[in-house]
Amino acid sequence: MLGIGIIQGLVETARNFFGSYTSKQRLTTVQFPDERLIQPEAARVFPFLVYDTDDWEKGLRCVACKICEVECPPQCISITKSADKKPDYSGIYSGKPQFYPEKFDIDVSVCMSCQICVEVCPFEAIKMDNAFELSTDDRFGGLMWDKQRLAMPNSHYQAIHPTDAAESDAALAEKKAKAEAKPAAAAAAAPAKPAPEKAGAATER
Amino acid sequence: MSPETANLEEIVAQVPPARGVVEPLPPVNAEGEQLLEISMGPHHPSTHGVFRMNVVLEGEQVVRLKPVFGYLHRNHEKIAENAAYLAAIPYTDRLDYLCSMTNNWGYALAVEKLAGIGVPERAEYIRVIVAELTRLQNHASLIGFLMQDMGMSGTPLMYAFREREKILDLFESLSGARMMCNYMRFGGVRVDTSAEWLRQVRELNGEFPRFLDEFESLLAGNEILMGRAQGVGVLSPELAVSSGASGPMLRASGVNYDVRKVDGYGVYDRFSFRVPLGDHGDVYDRYMMRVLEMRESVKILEQAVRDIPAGPIMDPKARLRGLRPKAGEAYGRIESPKGELGFYLISDGTGNPYRYRVRPPSLINLTVLEDMCLGRGVADVVVILGSVDIVLGEVDR
Amino acid sequence: MRAEPITAEQVKAAIEAAVPGCRVQVLANASPSGQHSLILDHEHAAEAARFLRDDPTLRLDYCSNATGVDWLDSELSEKVKVKKLVDGAETEVEEVRKTKVPGYLEAVYHLYSVEKKHGPVIVRMRTGDRKEDVHLPSLTGVWRSAEFQEREIFDLYGVIFDGHPDLRRLLMWDEFKDYPMRKDYVPPADDDDLVGAERSGG
Repeated sequence: MLGIGIIQGLVETARNFFGSYTSKQRLTTVQFPDERLIQPEAARVFPFLVYDTDDWEKGLRCVACKICEVECPPQCISITKSADKKPDYSGIYSGKPQFYPEKFDIDVSVCMSCQICVEVCPFEAIKMDNAFELSTDDRFGGLMWDKQRLAMPNSHYQAIHPTDAAESDAALAEKKAKAEAKPAAAAAAAPAKPAPEKAGAATER
Repeated sequence: MSPETANLEEIVAQVPPARGVVEPLPPVNAEGEQLLEISMGPHHPSTHGVFRMNVVLEGEQVVRLKPVFGYLHRNHEKIAENAAYLAAIPYTDRLDYLCSMTNNWGYALAVEKLAGIGVPERAEYIRVIVAELTRLQNHASLIGFLMQDMGMSGTPLMYAFREREKILDLFESLSGARMMCNYMRFGGVRVDTSAEWLRQVRELNGEFPRFLDEFESLLAGNEILMGRAQGVGVLSPELAVSSGASGPMLRASGVNYDVRKVDGYGVYDRFSFRVPLGDHGDVYDRYMMRVLEMRESVKILEQAVRDIPAGPIMDPKARLRGLRPKAGEAYGRIESPKGELGFYLISDGTGNPYRYRVRPPSLINLTVLEDMCLGRGVADVVVILGSVDIVLGEVDR
Repeated sequence: MRAEPITAEQVKAAIEAAVPGCRVQVLANASPSGQHSLILDHEHAAEAARFLRDDPTLRLDYCSNATGVDWLDSELSEKVKVKKLVDGAETEVEEVRKTKVPGYLEAVYHLYSVEKKHGPVIVRMRTGDRKEDVHLPSLTGVWRSAEFQEREIFDLYGVIFDGHPDLRRLLMWDEFKDYPMRKDYVPPADDDDLVGAERSGG
């Protein structure tokens, strides 16, 4: 009969309209920004640089090895390596002084949030942030993030990605333990030899 | 010739003149009468992106239809040829941006063939799970778009998007992104699935048939759908095969060809599922193929989530960086939701592919668009194009 | 369930038996994929293609992929032992002999059989060089799916397919001059130059 389809359609609409008061299945939207969905732990937006201790500049884990710069698919990272070395404030490089990035810029207008920089970083120094409300009125400067803008404490990483951060911390602790065990073992094995250069550098400091 | 010193003018001058090139035909009929030529798109709500068709009408009927491509062309292939093998994966996400998981898989499969990398069992199962979830959300949203094109304002599309949201939420909790998943790697997948994630998949999969029933009860007997879709845009099986049509469009014409069955790539030969086939090759059959394929995908998902073994997710020999396959070439193809997605790679032994080619199902399925539209009205062109299921990110690359 | 793969040698023998005078060359592929290909000559390519499609045992009715490849001019260096008179005595001296291999453009077709469910059989054709002799016979008459793909090869590589029904640029605009997928293509420094003043208003 002509018009049956219309009646069926109206019934469907009514079912969903009244259903939305009782069933979560039929009301799938939230009133952003008053209401917010919880982001999953894996959520990724733009990268940040991890630092330890309280000082963002001294505690940066990045050693300017430029692996992420090379591997970044849209080539949005630009790094200038320092001429001198800075002491190991983070305590993850077994006390050895390291190079540091004099300049570390990420052009977030180019970045495509692919996470490849995070995967290739051997030093757990760059991670993905999940902040997404990042609009700015400065088209160029505001989207070129320098290392100060990018630096975030490790506690931030632990807060947004607890599972990954625990893994990363464990990996660093293991690396540290290994590095500490090595000179100790070497010293035990060859007590007669003069102190190796590396140990000398450490004592100097 | 180094790019720095080369002068662009000189290079352009060296290029041979484009001989053998034809001009577009003037819009006149055999009697020399002027016909009406309209340009549909590139900014037209029915073209699913920036796609243009030059349609020539005689009266109400379409007598010629020439698609115009390239509005979204970014030379994806050149970008990938200038990047390392790994760096091309996030770019494949952006080909068919509804189905990043299957795009990743197609590329990973081709590289695995090229370099001889194996994939652990668990990773193969995870790949099947995410690929079938991708198929569910792609087909659901395609049906929504198709109904929108027919003028069923909104409801089916919103229903489809409601279901798609749930799948995208699963993708986000797995890979960190809803659409640009960047999830697969050569020799496995990037992160392992948790037991909780698999439970969510099982739950979603259990509920999905109910959505399909609801969807079908709303649409299958719908007068608008029947009137607009049945007998419209008929594609004969012979032409479908010759024109390289693939995926649901090929099978709607009754050709039994599903790369999942034919190649049995991954672990697809372990699952029992059927390949639905159409009889008429019209828009209605193409719509029906999607519904039936979703039901089969639900079956595959059920088996995959049930049988997934424990174990590693990455091949121990596979390396993330510095992949340098031996000189040679490989063509890998998968059944993506849109059709047969192929990647053709030539390696010259360096860290970048010498040749990287995407076989885009969306573009090749459009080869017969003109044939399907001839003799129909403009309103049917909209529906026929909708039933082909294109994504311009893949058509134009 | 799956059909036995057919080797490139079998296909070569079948073509040479069916198409007299057709020169087919097998190009081995060192990669683990083991996908070897056949190089067809221009004069018999269309006939050979039609045979591949219609032969009842091969039935390669589905041209899945057609694409271009650009091979630049290269230098092949091989070490040759040459006898030379050095200080009156004849000694063998190693010499590096360099031969120039002219570049060429290539069209590659990946063929499958929908009926027999086998494949891929890979067919290639090569142009004479990269500047003047860039003509290849079109296979659109055999497999319709080559229509857009050959247009794309023409657009991005500059191969001219003789006998193609509608050879126009596919992705780039009609006024565009160069072939962007060629290996020696240099994009203009400024994107605005790409569009150019000559580009028509639309």
